[in-house]
Amino acid sequence: MATLEIDRVRKAYGNMEVLKEVSISIGSGDFLVLLGPSGCGKSTLLNMIAGLEGITAGQIRIDGDVVNDLSPKDRDIAMVFQSYALYPTMTVRQNIEFGMKIRGVPPAERDKATREAAELLQMAHLLDRRPSQLSGGQRQRVAMGRALVRHPKLFLFDEPLSNLDAKLRVDMRTEIKRLHQRLGTTIVYVTHDQIEAMTLATRVAVMKDGIVQHLDEPQVVYDRPANVYVARFVGSPAMNIIPGRLIEGAAGPELEMDQPDGGKSRISGVAVSEDARRQYAGKPVLVGIRPEGFSVAEPGQQAVQAAIEVVEPTGPDTLAMFTLGGVEVIARLAPRTAHAGQTARLAVEMAKVVLFDPQTEIRID
Amino acid sequence: MASEYGSAARSRMIGRAFIYGSLVLLAALYLMPLWVMITTSLKSLDEIYGGSFIGLPQAVTFEAWGKAWSQACIGTACTGLKPYFINSLMMVVPAVLLSTGIGALNGYVLTKWRFRGANLVFGLILFGCFLPFQAVLLPMAQVLGKLGLSGTIPGLVLVHTVYGICFTTLFFRNYFVTIPDELTKAAQIDGAGFFRIFFSIMLPAALPIMVVSCIWQFTQIWNDFLFGVSFTAGESSPVTVALNNVVNVTMGRKQYNVDMAAAMIAALPTLVVYVVAGRYFVRGLTAGAVKG
Ligand SMILES: Nc1ncnc2c1ncn2[C@@H]1O[C@H](COP(=O)(O)OP(=O)(O)OP(=O)(O)O)[C@@H](O)[C@H]1O
Ligand SMILES: [Mg+2]
Repeated sequence: MATLEIDRVRKAYGNMEVLKEVSISIGSGDFLVLLGPSGCGKSTLLNMIAGLEGITAGQIRIDGDVVNDLSPKDRDIAMVFQSYALYPTMTVRQNIEFGMKIRGVPPAERDKATREAAELLQMAHLLDRRPSQLSGGQRQRVAMGRALVRHPKLFLFDEPLSNLDAKLRVDMRTEIKRLHQRLGTTIVYVTHDQIEAMTLATRVAVMKDGIVQHLDEPQVVYDRPANVYVARFVGSPAMNIIPGRLIEGAAGPELEMDQPDGGKSRISGVAVSEDARRQYAGKPVLVGIRPEGFSVAEPGQQAVQAAIEVVEPTGPDTLAMFTLGGVEVIARLAPRTAHAGQTARLAVEMAKVVLFDPQTEIRID
Repeated sequence: MASEYGSAARSRMIGRAFIYGSLVLLAALYLMPLWVMITTSLKSLDEIYGGSFIGLPQAVTFEAWGKAWSQACIGTACTGLKPYFINSLMMVVPAVLLSTGIGALNGYVLTKWRFRGANLVFGLILFGCFLPFQAVLLPMAQVLGKLGLSGTIPGLVLVHTVYGICFTTLFFRNYFVTIPDELTKAAQIDGAGFFRIFFSIMLPAALPIMVVSCIWQFTQIWNDFLFGVSFTAGESSPVTVALNNVVNVTMGRKQYNVDMAAAMIAALPTLVVYVVAGRYFVRGLTAGAVKG
């Protein structure tokens, strides 16, 4: 259990700046997920926390102690890699005991720790096998076992599930979550899968091009994304970003969006601060509406006109595509409530609507 | 229909017979010198001069082998190949171990502890593989002279080690690049240092390439003649140089049977190494599941 502070950390390879002033701070027992597309610097940041990469500028503190110049073995961390990185010539038991052996843990204690980890991860029957004789999921478990026996202050995971098939990934995800709840150790977890981030994290840091775009609880990141990039990256299908206009209506601010037939959809009740209302009145804004923010309107309820082009039933709900504000919009509706070719009236859950500045793409509060 | 089918089958059979026939013929041709060497070495000198070169020996005798091993004259000393064979062993064993060990360490550093200019260093080492022997002779002679190792077996060990490093480094580097870097990172986090990772993780995983490197180096060094003849003289010569002397410096009737036996003796170790270690080579390849 430990706190982790990443304080204005930068990383450059020669002239190429890979991380630009990253600051993240998490508390003891937090589950931080670093989320971002390939090449955004997630692994680099994780390796810097681990001590496998040098820090160009800034500080990393574990439990308040600066670890910049500590070697990996002195940081009291354990790491699980994407390729599992099991030692190929050692048995599972030797893999798990290797670190303890180096640290001079007496054999009896090593054995006890190994048995405990094996029991926790249900792999006691695998201890005498070699990595090449294990399935992907089993290797994954061994890699976690090797990290567990260390009882580190900090667990680091680098895309540990991305080599598994879809079903196993979901199972292992639950297992990791259970493990975190049971052990309460602080975890930093790298992934580019936003579902993993949402399901596992207590804190999510969405990264792009070496910059943290948004750091918060997953629900906040989902509901009130800091910018258009985050809004589009988190959630599937992605949040609809619809060009519109903030106008002063009779009863307060209203949103106006172009319909494909030339008409305008107007909805009122948008939540904006007084400042923003003054600043953006009569100006274009980007309207962010999650697919589930739409629903088939009751008679008399305010709504947008949606000429539905395609519907995709998924089982629990139906995705309906239509055009609004000149872009394709997806609505997640109750099954059998919409049909292709029909013009539906769709209500919008105004409390969940977020607005973005069209130039900076930053959220308007 | 049936006869057509039959004739197609027949023509295919003839084709097969032709292919196998030519292969057997070529193989026989290729093995002919070996055959001549073995049979001649088992004949008595009288039989060789009285009969044909190719036929089986009428009376098998190992006399020539014994002579080649312990009595044949090399220069003025009639000691047989034995002391030179031992020279070769004393040269080849340390040289193979040293060059393979250094090559492994080089490959490890060049792939897992990359430093600025690592690629340049590797390029230069690689260049060494293409350096002709002749180009090294004079400078190497000077270096050996300065070190006081001229004409000694340790001198030869040094020469072969240095010359072999290029090849062994190439072998090990190309093998170690296929081992994921995450393996060394995991070991670092486990607390292992530079040598611990090398000995506990990299070397055990490198068994197949180690065998390849040893076979290659053993064959190269054992069979070397040029370095041997250039840097040693007399009693410290390796067996290849001694063999040359046995064959060239006999007086009177040429003792073909002893020459052949001597050549066989000089060639045997590489053959044995290949036959024995070749098995481990294959076994190592199939067991070496490097993929995490
Ligand atoms: N040793 C290096 N030298 C130069 N550039 C590097 C080095 N290592 C990483 N990079 C660059 O740093 C950037 C971030 O790499 P990183 O591995 O952290 O990405 P990532 O977010 O983990 O991506 P992925 O999801 O694909 O694993 C990439 O653009 C990469 O090309
Ligand atoms: Mg990565």
